[in-house]
Amino acid sequence: MSPRFATFAIAALGLLAAGLPFIGLTVPGLFEGPLNSPGTLNLLGLCFVFGALALTYDIVFGFTGLLSFGHALYFAVGVYVTAIALVRWHWSLPQALALTALVALVLPLALGAVCLRVRDIPFAMVTLAFAEAASILVLQNPYGLTGGEEGLALGSGVLPAGLIGVANTAHLYWIATGVLAATGAIGWWAVHSPPGRVWQAIRENERRVAVLGLNPYAYKLASFVLSGFLAAVAGVAYLLLQGGANPQITTANFTLVLLVMVVLGGVGTLWGAVIGGIVYEYLDFRLLEFSNGSGLQDLPAVLRVPLSEPLFILGVLFIVLVLFLPGGLGGLLRHVPRRLPRPSG
Amino acid sequence: MTGATPALSVAGLGLRIGGVSIVEDVSIDVPPGEFLVIIGPNGAGKTTLFNLLSGVARPTAGSIALGGRDITHAAPYVRARLGLGRTFQTSTIFAGLSTLENVRLAASAALGTSARAWHLADHEAAPLARARRALADVGLGGRENIHAALLSHGEKRKLDLAILLCTEPDVVLLDEPTAGMAVEDVPEMVRLIASIHRDQAKTVLMVEHRMDLVLSLADRMAVMHHGALLAIDTPDRIVANETVQTAYLGDPL
Amino acid sequence: MSTIVLLLVTGLGLGALYFLVAAGLSLIWGLMRVLNFAHGAFFTVAAYAGFFAATALPASPWLQWFVGLLAGILAGGVFAVLTEIILIRPLYRRPVGQVLVTVGLALATLALVEGAFGSDPRQVTLPDWMNATTTLLGAAIPNTRFVVLLLAGLVLAGLLFFLQRTRYGLIVRAGVENRSMVSALGIDVERAFTLVFAIGGMAAGLAGVLGATYYGTIDPSRGTTMLISAFIVVVIGGLGSITGSALAAAIVGLLQQFLNFYAAAGVGDFAVVILLAGVLLLRPGGLLGGPAT
Ligand SMILES: Nc1ncnc2c1ncn2[C@@H]1O[C@H](COP(=O)(O)OP(=O)(O)OP(=O)(O)O)[C@@H](O)[C@H]1O
Ligand SMILES: [Mg+2]
Repeated sequence: MSPRFATFAIAALGLLAAGLPFIGLTVPGLFEGPLNSPGTLNLLGLCFVFGALALTYDIVFGFTGLLSFGHALYFAVGVYVTAIALVRWHWSLPQALALTALVALVLPLALGAVCLRVRDIPFAMVTLAFAEAASILVLQNPYGLTGGEEGLALGSGVLPAGLIGVANTAHLYWIATGVLAATGAIGWWAVHSPPGRVWQAIRENERRVAVLGLNPYAYKLASFVLSGFLAAVAGVAYLLLQGGANPQITTANFTLVLLVMVVLGGVGTLWGAVIGGIVYEYLDFRLLEFSNGSGLQDLPAVLRVPLSEPLFILGVLFIVLVLFLPGGLGGLLRHVPRRLPRPSG
Repeated sequence: MTGATPALSVAGLGLRIGGVSIVEDVSIDVPPGEFLVIIGPNGAGKTTLFNLLSGVARPTAGSIALGGRDITHAAPYVRARLGLGRTFQTSTIFAGLSTLENVRLAASAALGTSARAWHLADHEAAPLARARRALADVGLGGRENIHAALLSHGEKRKLDLAILLCTEPDVVLLDEPTAGMAVEDVPEMVRLIASIHRDQAKTVLMVEHRMDLVLSLADRMAVMHHGALLAIDTPDRIVANETVQTAYLGDPL
Repeated sequence: MSTIVLLLVTGLGLGALYFLVAAGLSLIWGLMRVLNFAHGAFFTVAAYAGFFAATALPASPWLQWFVGLLAGILAGGVFAVLTEIILIRPLYRRPVGQVLVTVGLALATLALVEGAFGSDPRQVTLPDWMNATTTLLGAAIPNTRFVVLLLAGLVLAGLLFFLQRTRYGLIVRAGVENRSMVSALGIDVERAFTLVFAIGGMAAGLAGVLGATYYGTIDPSRGTTMLISAFIVVVIGGLGSITGSALAAAIVGLLQQFLNFYAAAGVGDFAVVILLAGVLLLRPGGLLGGPAT
């Protein structure tokens, strides 16, 4: 893709996405209602949130090479800190967002500082352990803050009027679209800035980066904090769209699913991850409908049981993808231009 | 050698891992501008010595000083900022980045612009100029936009060198820079290294297996064997040295 | 006093389960640098295999329990070996790919078990003696705790014997200590890799059945919890060190039990992670490990 074409394509897609609530078209097979129906807008908004979330994970995993298994934690910060401040403490939305921003900076900074003392696989294990501790904390419902397994519904009166009710779904959708656009822009800038280039160099060979006179630890921490912060932003949008917090998004499984999204779309491209996130959320939603539908009931158990488990299908798909298509779906497209320049010598 | 602070000074340097001595009691003073070649059979500890010098491994004994400053416990990046640069025995380029990006990154590091998150890397003029110069110096001028992974082996070794040059180190550690190169490419590489030493007045420590290549380059030669420094002297006296003969030259290579 | 004894034995029993899972993880990581996310799946599959093997057999409860134990060990071992051969081996040059396939396998297996057997816990039937308690220093301790401790102790002794006294054990140990040596010595690396997977899988399988014995129930999600605890144990103990894993497992199990009891539920789990952070800050290589790599 030439840069000019890419810019044009992104602008066109952005316009289309922003104008969607004004388009009353129905797309049979793809969405249940017309494009501007609340159901469709909500689904699309969630898809965009997951696209943004996958993108933030691509910064830390795809561009910096840090196999973090605790990314769900920072998403959960956006969801839970905002929800607790709004519901339990009755803060206004701006106040809640300010607190969330603070936590979303401090927590990845503190945890990243500890976790980055080890590398590779130990790093993966340790990030997972911290995320799991947070997940346990959320489930324990300390001081009645998190709502435990029930989660935490936003309820009435905690949000400004324009963000409540089916009639205002378009507003929430726009927020999600804005979050995706903003994370995309910041992420793009970050990986094209000098530190972003250092991230990629660290991914390729950390030792060589160090002997060039750069401190890899500081750069890795910066990547970890940026991606953690942006994940929390995506978390806020998720909270608004869902109208509440649920503990599933704090679990280790959710981080694994996130990893699946990014690898599905292609690692280290940003847009690959976005597509992965969007497609994943869409499929997850539709597969759930499909497996609850009647189509499967007539099948024998050996087929019905696996097919009605979206995570089974995704897990298998993921294995096949890793084994046979290491670049992800995005890699399919990328392969072509990458192979063109050949060494002459 | 008398009077001036050595560019690099190593005293009693040692590394033991699990009871095995890998580098043992190595002491060398390298005066500024010297070309010191380190030879020794496989497994002698040459690479490990370089790892200790550059901070990639930590010594269990002894001390290292760079320009009179103690760096024994400094992190690799601190040593690099103090003017110590190195290459690795196998090419360690950033394979996923373009050739230009490989050198620009190094230039940016040396110029102190790597942390400028508010800039776009492509718009930084100074690192770009330095990067282009380094590529031209090693003869990779026409290969800027090639994915580094797609370079030929010889080109990768040159890129390795260009990355190093971009950081403008005072003391350069080269670990077998011609290893694995096609025979016809080797003389050019040697010429390149000689010119770096001569024109840019750098202190060079180079590990090399092929004695014939380095006899004309070296001011002094050091011979390592079983982790220890066997001898250090002018090339002709090293060649004549009996201990070296039996320990090293006697070994079939 | 009796509460303390009870907590002590129960905590050690929990630690014994962690150890059984962690030992395999640690060996696999030490020798192959593979983070095996599917290790929790080995645990879960073995637990269900043991459960169904036992209930399928019209025999005395003791024989049933024993058959279940063997079936679990076998299931864990076979599952692990298949994983190594089919998924890990084709990816030897892609370490991240190896982690990713085990992630996929863990997700798929968990979903499948849940789909097939439901997510609700199932009660396991145990021999009467195991449902009874023995009084030790005034504390009534469930007999299952002793069973778990005894078997984990045997595994620890067996592993140490294997590593220190047998030819393949020496190879594995040499590989853990110096990876370049394994290939340098021209050793049959592939067989050693399959072997550690088999051992790790069997230990995890044993843990799966013993977990059922310890808790009295099985459910699909316990494998994941075990896996995460085992990760923590492995890092605290020092990657690649079996004695380190055993020590860390005991510490983690005890810490969890005592704090969950004396402070509040969940505090123990949290404290373990704090401990992990502390170990990483002070000794990044773990308690009995070398410098972190
Ligand atoms: N981290 C380590 N742990 C154990 N042994 C090591 C370690 N690093 C190096 N060695 C051993 O130390 C010895 C010296 O290795 P080194 O690579 O320094 O030799 P070299 O002189 O560079 O050899 P070559 O000419 O083959 O490059 C080798 O036997 C090697 O196996
Ligand atoms: Mg060497």
